[in-house]
Amino acid sequence: MASANQPGARNRPLSPHLQIWRWGPAMLVSILHRVTGSGLSLVGLAVLLWWLGALVSGAAAYATFAGVMGSPIGLVVLVGLTWAFWQHLCTGLRHFVLDIGAGYELETNARWSIITIVASVLLTAGTWACILAR
Amino acid sequence: MGNGTSIGRVRGLGSAHSGAGNWLQERVTGLASLIVSLYLLFSLLMLPSWNYQTVRGWISAPVPATAMVLFVIVNFWHARSGLRVVIEDYQHDSGKLFYLVALDFAAFAGGAFGVLSLIRLALGA
Repeated sequence: MASANQPGARNRPLSPHLQIWRWGPAMLVSILHRVTGSGLSLVGLAVLLWWLGALVSGAAAYATFAGVMGSPIGLVVLVGLTWAFWQHLCTGLRHFVLDIGAGYELETNARWSIITIVASVLLTAGTWACILAR
Repeated sequence: MGNGTSIGRVRGLGSAHSGAGNWLQERVTGLASLIVSLYLLFSLLMLPSWNYQTVRGWISAPVPATAMVLFVIVNFWHARSGLRVVIEDYQHDSGKLFYLVALDFAAFAGGAFGVLSLIRLALGA
């Protein structure tokens, strides 16, 4: 960023940040989209690579992987990843709609923001209901 | 064209014609990720068991193996696009370039490991 190298650039006025704005659904899901995306990238892809690596390494390595993922901490991680996946998917679809220029009316925007939160919780519950019913 | 503020120095120069690249990649890989991720989720839910033999048998078959290679490429690409934006938003000093290069290295390394693992599984290593 060029401006950071200019003398006096640090003293330039900054635009208001999180602590200034009143919280609303659109702001919340925008932040959730970034947080869940980062979580899926850092934790989700690590679990993916461990899973694939364990499959290649053999039955013993796979048993270790399955054991850790079946432990209480592992299950918390997996449920968290499931929720992050659905939340990121829902807010991602919301972004596709916003990208074509639709859905910016205050009420519509707030409604669909809340719908992504409700939907992601329901889809996470549904996914784990399917898993536990197996 | 002034030489005072940052905006003054760039005003009138027009578009760089490359700014939308990562933005567009993020959208296209996001759409692709939607497809392959749902494929993986439903495939796993429909497997009769998640023991070693069953999962390995499933992932070695041609169609699931192809889908999983796409899954790895698409999701590492999408993660790289998204985390790039996160770094660019919060990292303004000289460390930015380091983080961006580290991200590229990590994304390619992770993707390579995933694809290699899947090739070995598909070829029955």
